[in-house]
Amino acid sequence: MTHVSMTVNGRAVSADVEPRMLLVQFLREKLLLTGTHVGCDTSQCGACVVQVDGAAVKSCTLLAVQADGCAVLTIEGLAPSGALHPMQEAFREHHGLQCGFCTPGMIMTAMDMVARLGPDLDEATIRENLDGNLCRCTGYHNIVKAVAAGARAMAPASAAAE
Amino acid sequence: MNASTVTPIGAPVRRKEDKRFITGKGRYTDDLSRPGQAHAYFLRSPYAHARIRTIDTAAAAEMPGVVGVLTGRDLAQDGLGGLICGWMINSKDGSPMRAGAHPALAVDTVRYVGDHVAVVIAETLNLAKDAAAALAVEYEVLPAVPDLAVAQAQGAAQIHEAAPNNTVFEWELGDRAAVEAAFAQAAHVTEIDIVNNRLAPNPMEPRAAIGEYDAGDEAYTLWTTSQNPHVARLVLSAFVGLAPENKLRVIAPDVGGGFGSKIFIYAEETVCAWAAKKVGRPVKWTCERGEAFLCDAHGRDHVTKGRLALDAQGKILGFQVKTIANMGAYLSTFASCVPTYLYATLLSGQYAIPAIYCEVDAVYTNTAPVDAYRGAGRPEATFLVERIVDKAARELGIDPAEMRRRNFITAFPHQTPVIMCYDAGDYAASLDKALEMADYAGFPARRAEAERRGKLRGIGLSNYIEACGIAPSAAVGSLGAGVGLWESAEVRVNPTGNVEVLTGSHSHGQGHETTFAQLVSARLGIPIDQVTVIHGDTDKVQFGMGTYGSRSGAVGMSAIVKALDKVEAKAKKIAAHILEASEGDIEFKDGRFSVAGTDRGLAFAEVALNAYVAHKFPTSEIEPGLKEGAFYDPTNFTFPAGCHVCELEVDPETGTTEIVNWIAVDDFGTVINPMIVEGQVHGGIAQGVGQALMERVAYDGEGQLVTGSYMDYQMPRAEDFPAFKVGMTETRCPSNPLGMKGCGEAGAIAAPPAVINALADALGTQDISMPATPAKVWAIAQARVTRQAAE
Ligand code: FES
Ligand code: FES
Repeated sequence: MTHVSMTVNGRAVSADVEPRMLLVQFLREKLLLTGTHVGCDTSQCGACVVQVDGAAVKSCTLLAVQADGCAVLTIEGLAPSGALHPMQEAFREHHGLQCGFCTPGMIMTAMDMVARLGPDLDEATIRENLDGNLCRCTGYHNIVKAVAAGARAMAPASAAAE
Repeated sequence: MNASTVTPIGAPVRRKEDKRFITGKGRYTDDLSRPGQAHAYFLRSPYAHARIRTIDTAAAAEMPGVVGVLTGRDLAQDGLGGLICGWMINSKDGSPMRAGAHPALAVDTVRYVGDHVAVVIAETLNLAKDAAAALAVEYEVLPAVPDLAVAQAQGAAQIHEAAPNNTVFEWELGDRAAVEAAFAQAAHVTEIDIVNNRLAPNPMEPRAAIGEYDAGDEAYTLWTTSQNPHVARLVLSAFVGLAPENKLRVIAPDVGGGFGSKIFIYAEETVCAWAAKKVGRPVKWTCERGEAFLCDAHGRDHVTKGRLALDAQGKILGFQVKTIANMGAYLSTFASCVPTYLYATLLSGQYAIPAIYCEVDAVYTNTAPVDAYRGAGRPEATFLVERIVDKAARELGIDPAEMRRRNFITAFPHQTPVIMCYDAGDYAASLDKALEMADYAGFPARRAEAERRGKLRGIGLSNYIEACGIAPSAAVGSLGAGVGLWESAEVRVNPTGNVEVLTGSHSHGQGHETTFAQLVSARLGIPIDQVTVIHGDTDKVQFGMGTYGSRSGAVGMSAIVKALDKVEAKAKKIAAHILEASEGDIEFKDGRFSVAGTDRGLAFAEVALNAYVAHKFPTSEIEPGLKEGAFYDPTNFTFPAGCHVCELEVDPETGTTEIVNWIAVDDFGTVINPMIVEGQVHGGIAQGVGQALMERVAYDGEGQLVTGSYMDYQMPRAEDFPAFKVGMTETRCPSNPLGMKGCGEAGAIAAPPAVINALADALGTQDISMPATPAKVWAIAQARVTRQAAE
């Protein structure tokens, strides 16, 4: 067993874990944050995307011990006050989800896209940057619309007003 | 109640269920934990066909954290039966299908790679896996028959003793003599050979199960990723013999997609429930993606020869089909009806074809079981029909759109030669609209422009039809179904006037919590927020047949309508007493019961309260309370149909295909929520394009699965598609109260032939198999260049 400590959704957590425990298992099984999903075993579906120190990471590719000392943000931490985050709201508004299983990973990836590329995302850019996220339900059509709208809604108020 | 707070039918209302999914609060089976649960790991066969000589569990049982190691012998000792196939098909000669036994854990033989050999249950999944590695199994490897083409050949290894020549049945439908006569007078015959590629359904949520046994009550609970929990309970009770129905509760909580693959009763769920009692602990299992590729039932996998007889003007005179359908190593729950009654009955497509004859051989191979996958039989039928009609058009020099038009069914009802009686449709309307949206007339200019850029551009049509709303119980019973296919609903009005709807349908992405509530809101005149939809728990909903085959609207919602009729009738009686009017004078409109011609009336909630308070009506005549149930049995299938157009460009240098435009025009009858319906179309198209261009489950000659992960099995991604353009036409379905037809599978049925017809157009050859990967397309494009250079 190895001891790990990290901040998850703003809260300090620590636990003894098997060295082989993945970050996604740590989040789901130790912290009961089950919004982060597991859809594959080859790091290709993106259902498990979280942020680690501000960057999108597939939490199935990281051992819990590798996240020791890091700040982790999961889908549960996006709307701490209870009001939906604009990206969450956009997925609802544009019907960007059906079964909802890929959705947390899609939203976390979309957040990262905005952080990296800004709020003005065209369709081709969004499609290209969703490369690491699989959805079997939506045909991606409404996910692309949701990401574009969510990104726009995340623009700083001044930019949006211009 | 103000009518403006009501959500009308046809409104694109946002989904009620989304909040929990976008905040990470969904409750999928693997998200649940039971106190004291242990974890199951299945040891699977590494061989496609082998006899199990011995299984030595001693060392594994001694490993740290192990709470149980169980094998097929333990299952048999407890008297549990095998998994079943619930649809009996008779061969041409009248003999019943020849099905081999299907134990949940293998007893002495394994028949495909991934077949279930033993289960190890331990404190953690990792410990269970460690212990599984210590299980000693001695196999005698047998010759395997993974290849459908040779499975029936003489001398091929036999997979089940019960099925000589690995043949489950040799079935036929239609009139052979009439078809032969049609061919005798044909001016032209078009022939086609088709391999309908084997697919892995791949819902993003892998299957999972938690079994729990309450020794005090002697009752089981099974949480599982099921599209039809009541059917699961029925099968586990009546056939597997796990427990009586009243001692088995099956709960399907949030389910992350199914596409058919979560209809079936599998080994793992069965074993988890049974093992919970054996080890005295809740037992949890979650499928890994690699295991899902091995063991989730696959879809499609047909080899077909089609022949079309035509007159000189392109009118179809007759259609003859011979299909070999791969069943895999065991008959899965509904495997036998997919290549028969869900397939051959749709071979008339949208066309008036006087004579059809179809033969289907169902064949065992040493591969994973094959069963229903989005569309189930209907995509295979549509692919065949739409490919051969397109090919015939090219051979006769008729425009493919014109060819279709000449053969459309135009008068309804229309009895086809293959059982189905189409009740309503307007196929020319959807074709016209699709051609207009696609600017079909402008295509030659776009093709010329693409050619200047060195690209080969093609356009392809697909005029699909499907049979949904499955199905009239007596009719499917006469065709071999082991169950009736009605649906149930219960509408419970609470004293304060809000409503719970209990339905036997199951939502795993379809948005029932919204559309069903929308229906109730519109009917009772109450806000949609005051309606809660409950499904997926056999302790709450009395019975239901579940969700597949686009039946939840046409059948499930019709049951709700029936229950609502009863609620309204009773509420009117109560209102009449309170308003001191005669029952016949009570009108119900916009959520208000009023006395005709007066301004006296009561809001729906007031009547609800009075129903429970029960002071103001004689309870000797009217029972207190306001709760009604209904079972609805459909009177016919429903027939959604439409036209999809695919326009694409091939890069002859790389063989890559880019879809540049997609038009879908569908006739689903009445649409309750167009936003949700369009979403269903989008998802279906993506799966259909996946089949056409990317996806294929492949086994090697030894029966090893070659495509066992997302690195080998290509899933469609966002970049593979343009934005889809979706349009609708509408003819009401006459056979159900709402006029609905169903929309869940349309895209997956329509898309594959649209893509391949477009590729055939671009590449100038009909010889293109699915999936049309860049390697295949490149070879065809290069051969074409060489040919043109030589000319
Ligand atoms: S579970 Fe992490 S990428 Fe699939
Ligand atoms: S919504 Fe089901 S996988 Fe994306």
